[in-house]
Amino acid sequence: MSAYAERAPGFSPRRVAAMILRYWYLLRSSWPRLLDLIYWPLVQMITWGFIQVYVMQNAGFFARAGGTLIGALLLWDILFRGQLGFSIAFLEEMWARNIGNLMMSPLRPFEFILALMVMSLVRLLIGAVPVSLLAIAFFGFNLYGLGFALVAFFLNLMLTSWAIGIFVSGLVLRNGLGAENFAWSIMFVFMPLACVYYPVSTLPLWLQPAAWVLPPTYVFEGMRALLIDHTFRADLMLDALALNAVFMAGGVFGFLKLLQSARRHGSLMQTGE
Amino acid sequence: MSAAPAIKVERLVKIYKKMPAVAGISFEIGPGSIAGLLGGNGAGKSTTIAMIMGLTMPTSGRVTVMGAEMPRERYRVLHRMNFESPYVDMPMRLTVRQNLTVFGMLYGVDNLAERIEELGEVLDLTDLLDRPTGRLSAGQKTRVSLAKSLVNSPELLLLDEPTASLDPDTADWVRARLERYCRDRRATILLASHNMTEVERLCERVIIMKQGHIEDDDTPARLLARYGRRTLEEVFLDVARRRDEAREAAQ
Repeated sequence: MSAYAERAPGFSPRRVAAMILRYWYLLRSSWPRLLDLIYWPLVQMITWGFIQVYVMQNAGFFARAGGTLIGALLLWDILFRGQLGFSIAFLEEMWARNIGNLMMSPLRPFEFILALMVMSLVRLLIGAVPVSLLAIAFFGFNLYGLGFALVAFFLNLMLTSWAIGIFVSGLVLRNGLGAENFAWSIMFVFMPLACVYYPVSTLPLWLQPAAWVLPPTYVFEGMRALLIDHTFRADLMLDALALNAVFMAGGVFGFLKLLQSARRHGSLMQTGE
Repeated sequence: MSAAPAIKVERLVKIYKKMPAVAGISFEIGPGSIAGLLGGNGAGKSTTIAMIMGLTMPTSGRVTVMGAEMPRERYRVLHRMNFESPYVDMPMRLTVRQNLTVFGMLYGVDNLAERIEELGEVLDLTDLLDRPTGRLSAGQKTRVSLAKSLVNSPELLLLDEPTASLDPDTADWVRARLERYCRDRRATILLASHNMTEVERLCERVIIMKQGHIEDDDTPARLLARYGRRTLEEVFLDVARRRDEAREAAQ
């Protein structure tokens, strides 16, 4: 046995903390980054809030279903911003040409992913909490009035956003910054099928099975059931949770395979376009 | 403690799209020594270093670093090694202290605040510790990269063109710090460079690479004697031309 041989150190919360600290330093040193977290959610909330006010004044059904538009918007933002927050934290490493430093360090992929998850949560909360409070002030829509249901919606949406963020990070790692656009646009592929602003029954019958493959579909259906029928559909949340487990496993598997492929192709040292 | 090699490379091959970047090289680097990988552009130095670090997977062959096979067993040894390369940067918006804190934590360094102050003194960075890394000059950034590569007091240091883009004075200053570190820590250094003066000054052993092959491998003194030359640059040119002449003769 070699004099050098020793066991590999296991999971380290300190390394996860190091990465969270790295992103926190970056965030607090850059006011445009902070502003960006609040700007779009705020603009969207105000736009859709006024649309809802208009619809409620002119349509009896929506008057009864108060809050579905703005509720859908706020929940969509959790999904979209969650994934974007994850992907941007990862892209910061590519833009800074720091990924080689990290991959050469003892940081393990799971620790890296965990730190990115925490940062996506932090970034989301910085943007979503003030905007959700403004939604109460401007339009009387209290997202927190959803109570436990909100926790279930939030958990499921975050899990989906992380699963997709993890996979997209793998794509960027393997293909370089040429694949950066996936980070910005991939969630919009899900938007029509996840039935954010309309029920699944609106879709043609042949397309509905595809919608039910996506965990967010269950969340948006659950939100409408809660706001329109005042019923919390625990069954929908459990279905979403089960699908999210599959999505997370797929995302992590894809990331590890793409990382392995990046090692084979030598792209960890050459992370340009 | 046995004198097992710090780095052992066996029949290492790396092929990118049918083009061999490294074509079956073998060598060993003993602990506590400074060795240089010398070669022109495209010689395979950076690819070899990347495979030793576990960043790139070999097409075939085997790399063992301090007893761990790379990249499969890399987590056994990554905390005991470090590197500096022109292919990577430190995050620019973070201050030097913040960067060193993050990397110190990643490498599991104890008494990190003290270690950062110590590196600040040794590398003349004390006044720069609280400045954003992106606002430093090229020479200052190189010193910060060097501080990052030394933050965990590595037993093995891999350096890819450590003084590229530095003026001669700063480059000389960096070389002196590396020499001192290796002597004090008894660390192993593998240095990839096409700067002959640097290799001649620092390395006890020189491995000359060309087109993915090892063309020669010896101490600088023996290489100079064997080729009857006064500088490694002349030796390098001899080696480079020898193969070209052989190719022409064959044609």
